[in-house]
Amino acid sequence: MSRFSLFWRYIRRNWTLGAGLGILVFLFLFTVIGLFFVDSKVDPYPLAAPAGVPPTLAYCPPVEPDCEDPKAYPFGTDGQGRNMLAVAVTGTWMTLQIGLLAGLIGIAAGSFLGFTSAFYGGLYDAVVRWMVDVLLTIPGLLILVVIASSIGGRSITVTGMALIIALISWRGPARVIRAQVLSMRERPYVLMARLNGMSGLDIVFRELLPNLLPYLGAALVGAVTAAIFASMGLAALGLGPLREPTLGVTIYWVINQSAFLRGLWWWGAVPITVVALVFIMLFMISIGLDELANPRVRRSE
Amino acid sequence: MRAYSWNFVLKRFGLLVLIVWTAVTINFIIPKLTPRNPLREKLMEQASRSGYIEQGFDEMVAAYEAKFGLDQPLWIQYVRYLGDIMRLDLGVSIANFPKTVMELVGAALPWTIGLLTTATLIAFTLGTILGALMAWPKSSNFVKYILPSFLILGAIPAYLIALILIYFVAFQWKLLPLGGGFGISTIPNLSLPFMLEVMKHSLLPALAIVLTSMGGWVIGMRGMMVTVQGEDYMTFGEAKGLTDNRLFFRYGMRNAILPQVTGLALAFSFLVSGSVLVELIFQYPGVGTLLARAISQLDYFMIYGIVLIIVVCIAIAMFIMDMIYPLLDPRIGSGGGG
Repeated sequence: MSRFSLFWRYIRRNWTLGAGLGILVFLFLFTVIGLFFVDSKVDPYPLAAPAGVPPTLAYCPPVEPDCEDPKAYPFGTDGQGRNMLAVAVTGTWMTLQIGLLAGLIGIAAGSFLGFTSAFYGGLYDAVVRWMVDVLLTIPGLLILVVIASSIGGRSITVTGMALIIALISWRGPARVIRAQVLSMRERPYVLMARLNGMSGLDIVFRELLPNLLPYLGAALVGAVTAAIFASMGLAALGLGPLREPTLGVTIYWVINQSAFLRGLWWWGAVPITVVALVFIMLFMISIGLDELANPRVRRSE
Repeated sequence: MRAYSWNFVLKRFGLLVLIVWTAVTINFIIPKLTPRNPLREKLMEQASRSGYIEQGFDEMVAAYEAKFGLDQPLWIQYVRYLGDIMRLDLGVSIANFPKTVMELVGAALPWTIGLLTTATLIAFTLGTILGALMAWPKSSNFVKYILPSFLILGAIPAYLIALILIYFVAFQWKLLPLGGGFGISTIPNLSLPFMLEVMKHSLLPALAIVLTSMGGWVIGMRGMMVTVQGEDYMTFGEAKGLTDNRLFFRYGMRNAILPQVTGLALAFSFLVSGSVLVELIFQYPGVGTLLARAISQLDYFMIYGIVLIIVVCIAIAMFIMDMIYPLLDPRIGSGGGG
């Protein structure tokens, strides 16, 4: 049987993973195709379009109601003149960028710490364990608020925000990977490998790492979710890249400029819908991966 | 008869101290790492607003620094900082000078604690019961299959749900107030109408928090109930002929609820982060709105003070939960460790 049809059979059984990946594909296509229709340097920024236009496909300025060349604003424009379709297209990509960058750095640092501390043990392990436990109790958002307000003030860039979030995104993966390696370390196959004379590094790469991959995958999805959560929280408080049209900053403007009270519901509806889709997608992928990694949860065909 | 061992209590208290100390140190170190000088910035801001820079500007900055002790060597500043924290002196708010941070936070904290504890208790109770019902094979199909789809709401951040709620319930349908802790023209007093008004205003924020946090409890409880149902004592109870009710509550839920309570302690930090933003959206007079305003004014002392107080509250709450836990499960807490 071809790989492709095996893949489809699995997706039919694990439909949450399928739904999550489907949303991912949809968002990807939306972003890529959308870039053909908007000018990403101009349209998502203020004063690109008349302000406060509700979603419409044929807009004429009020001074000449029967203009020859009506513009199309499928998602409308916001109170500062941004084209909301452009914001949706560019902002999604920026937000996902922040999430991926911070999540990947977090996974790399976190798994390194978790791995080495579980593998080598001793004082190093005790210190890392206490550090992760204490740092996990303090809400990440608060640490980020302290860091971001001190360092960035008002001029944080998209990459800068990702790096700041990476400073705390390693906490969760470190704990998860450490717990996993701890339980794997005493398994019979590891002891066998040691008795066979495999070097430490060999054991790590040939025995432990392949069995860790499902957990790494789940931890990656979790880290990306947490990073996007954190970036939106920071942005809503006003500590985001205020000049860029990321989804979190758009919500900041919605709150700040009382969009809903002015009746500009589409200004808020666009980022809320996209963010809801992103989180639902991550949620479903994580449930799907859980089924993949944890044989006890699997259902039969 | 004491259910606790000294070892257990000391260990938990040590954790509490460690958490607070870490937060204090982070609060101290991070501002020092940046090249910014908040006092100089504030003075610059005010100077630029009045249109000219006065003479002796540098002397003013130096005088303020001496007053706040910023010209001493680093470790002296650290010791002074620790001493101030012990005496609950978190400094003065730069934007609301001369109100102290402690004063402003003290006024806002009761609102936040009230909102959070109520919402969390409701979410925990509803979520746990719902989760248990979902795992019980004798529940209706609606509970087992249809209700879970509403749990997807848990994946979305609380403040987005809050925005949606504000728009529909408060703005369009005008059922509940738009925000604030009480009406604009009401003077706070301890009377029944005021209490009712406070409750009306806190209904939407609480609803936002409950809707988002319930999902986690449901999933957790359902998992635990599935595990508990496989246990021997459940089969024994059923063989003995106990009623379904008794089996469900006394045998099933009572054992499955223990990890949920641990989960409650661990979830504090998430709950607080979420509710800070919900408060901001509803302009609820709690710590969240205070923090947002401090950020927008770059009132550094307020920001650090609020963060510190929130962390201390979380640490204390976790310590209390750790003390309650042995009462539920006598195996923990006595006999050392934990």
